[in-house]
Amino acid sequence: MSYLDRQGQGGLSSWIFSTDHKRVSLLYLTLMTVFFWVAVGIGIAMRLKHLSGSDFLISARTYNALFTVHGVIMVFLFVIPGLPAVFGNFFLPVLIGAKDVSFPRLNLLSWWLFLTGACLALLSLFTGPGAPDTGWTFYVPFSLRTGTNVSLAVFAAFVLGFSSILTGINFITTVHRMRCEGMTWHRMPLFVWAIYSTGWIQVLATPIIGITLLLVILERAFGIGVFDPARGGDPVLYQHLFWIYSHPAVYIMIVPAMGAITEIIPTFARRCIFGYKAIAYSSLAIAGLGSLVWAHHMFTSGMADLANIIFSLLTFLVAVPSAIKVFNWTATLYKGSTDMQPAMLYALTFVFLFAIGGLTGVMQGALGLNVHLHDTYWIVGHFHYVMFGGTGFAFFAALLYWFPKMFGRQYDPKPAYAAWVLMFLGFNMLYGSFMVLGYMGMPRRYFAHLPQFHSLHLAATIGSWALVSGLAVLFGNFLIALKRGAPAESNPWGGKTLEWTLPSPPAAENFHTPPVVTEAPYSYNPKARA
Amino acid sequence: MSEAVHSDYQGAKIGMWLFLFTELMLFGGLFLLYSAYRMLHPEEFHHASQELNAVIGVANTLVLLTSSLFIAMALTAVQQGRHEAGGRWAALCAGLGGLFLVNKGFEWAAKFHHGIYPGSSLVKAMPPGEGLFFGLYFTMTGLHALHVLIGVILLAVVALLVKRGRVRQGDCVLLENSGLYWHLVDVIWIFLLPLFYLAA
Repeated sequence: MSYLDRQGQGGLSSWIFSTDHKRVSLLYLTLMTVFFWVAVGIGIAMRLKHLSGSDFLISARTYNALFTVHGVIMVFLFVIPGLPAVFGNFFLPVLIGAKDVSFPRLNLLSWWLFLTGACLALLSLFTGPGAPDTGWTFYVPFSLRTGTNVSLAVFAAFVLGFSSILTGINFITTVHRMRCEGMTWHRMPLFVWAIYSTGWIQVLATPIIGITLLLVILERAFGIGVFDPARGGDPVLYQHLFWIYSHPAVYIMIVPAMGAITEIIPTFARRCIFGYKAIAYSSLAIAGLGSLVWAHHMFTSGMADLANIIFSLLTFLVAVPSAIKVFNWTATLYKGSTDMQPAMLYALTFVFLFAIGGLTGVMQGALGLNVHLHDTYWIVGHFHYVMFGGTGFAFFAALLYWFPKMFGRQYDPKPAYAAWVLMFLGFNMLYGSFMVLGYMGMPRRYFAHLPQFHSLHLAATIGSWALVSGLAVLFGNFLIALKRGAPAESNPWGGKTLEWTLPSPPAAENFHTPPVVTEAPYSYNPKARA
Repeated sequence: MSEAVHSDYQGAKIGMWLFLFTELMLFGGLFLLYSAYRMLHPEEFHHASQELNAVIGVANTLVLLTSSLFIAMALTAVQQGRHEAGGRWAALCAGLGGLFLVNKGFEWAAKFHHGIYPGSSLVKAMPPGEGLFFGLYFTMTGLHALHVLIGVILLAVVALLVKRGRVRQGDCVLLENSGLYWHLVDVIWIFLLPLFYLAA
């Protein structure tokens, strides 16, 4: 009996109160997909606004609310929880041969906190004095002065952070305690390493944003003065505290994505992963180094020169472990027998787009150039290459890879290819134009633009239409497959990790008899694996 | 299935330790703010600290330290099978936590009475760093008191469970984890005491 089959009374309560990690995973997926589309809609609306340089369609005030809400939803409700909550929940226990996570009830509680946070975020849009207009970063002093519903939105982010922390605790403990017989640390699939590293970032970094957001609420409610210069406080300290979390959060977003890519590439290249240990430890290195680079968001905020130089150096260093992964993926493809299934195509697209996002990030780490690029569309372009071109495409690649396993149905690959063409062209038109615009001097978060920027804005808007059409095709294809897809085989791609030994969809208890692992993962070319 | 999972004591303790790390980071953000602002306003912090009553602060420290001893004794007792004593020690620990909160309540009430509370006209009229000191004081001791309150409730429940035999020798990870949490609350207070009460 599969985990999808009717259990007990059946119905909604057999889902929303289920402690089965696979069901919890689908709960996240459902909720996140809904919010993803809301935020996509908001993004499209912002692009429509820029069809004209001045007043058109949307007022300046509404525009401020739109980019804030787009950012808050995408960051806190889609990109940060994205791969860990959906694929981590589903596949972490399966990949290490476990029946479930260490704390199944805590896992369910995480989802309920996620739901609560999501509802509070929605509530902050439609109640009180209006949607927050601070940008997703909630920078003081504006976030203290604005009359909009900042406190509730900030509290929503706090609750979502709590959910993320509990998930991290659960995953770390699971990796330590639930590995099946023979599953040594160096036999763990690399997605597990990635989720494990991410867990540490979640546990150690998220509380900092928790306390920072609480301080914003206390400041607004009681005026405790900690960020108020008139009372001896310093607004720049808010930025420090905010980025001490929010930069590591970038790695919460990207490391699990890299993990998923590391599963997909060996499967479709029919090659053992090149440099297993280098990839495993580079995840940990990213988690460690990534905690020490936060102030590169603040080079123009007025820090000491020495601090600027140190943070610039560390920023260059953190690129090294990411580059290690990119080189190892590329080396894995060498002499591979590549099967360009949609999942592989999307995974390679990830590598391409992430390389652009990552390298432009290194450029921004240079102190001189940063002054020119700071707060322009360049930055917006850069982080969309990382978060959407990186994490977003990895999310789609992972969904294409694991969809047959999760739902027991196979999708039609043709629409997935068509969606790729639309998305790839649209994506680069949209965010490539952003980078050029920013380099020319277009400031971010402006609701209007000067005439000399108009043609590129037009190109970006047209690109956004192609991108959203591609997304619609991709998701539509998944929905059709859910309804009418052919039953999936247990191992449609010829994968070598434990999830492919299970039927599609897996049974409720995953493994009837606990598996015993005798060799490293990705054993496609055992002789080459020295 | 979940029974088998939950009998993993080692796992439960790893989970608790990870949670304690998050608590350290939560308070860590505040300690960071405190250090930065004390560097900026050493004189003002000195003056403002004189307003606090070090005697109550030290008395409360003794209360918390004693309660930590009691919870350690509760755990030892339960591990040795002396359940009645264990339940009593745990209940006493919760009681001392309550006493701490009562003291704290009187202390805050006196401050409020003198017009010292966040956003009050008196605090607003203080020199910049002094008002900030009280902002941090109320935030940090308030957040700590919230943790004490949660701990008291937790320990009261655990004491009850020990009494009913639900937490017992060989099945006492809940008591052990509650103890870990309580020690953390204690340790954080040990830092708060010198930073606020003895800073003068």
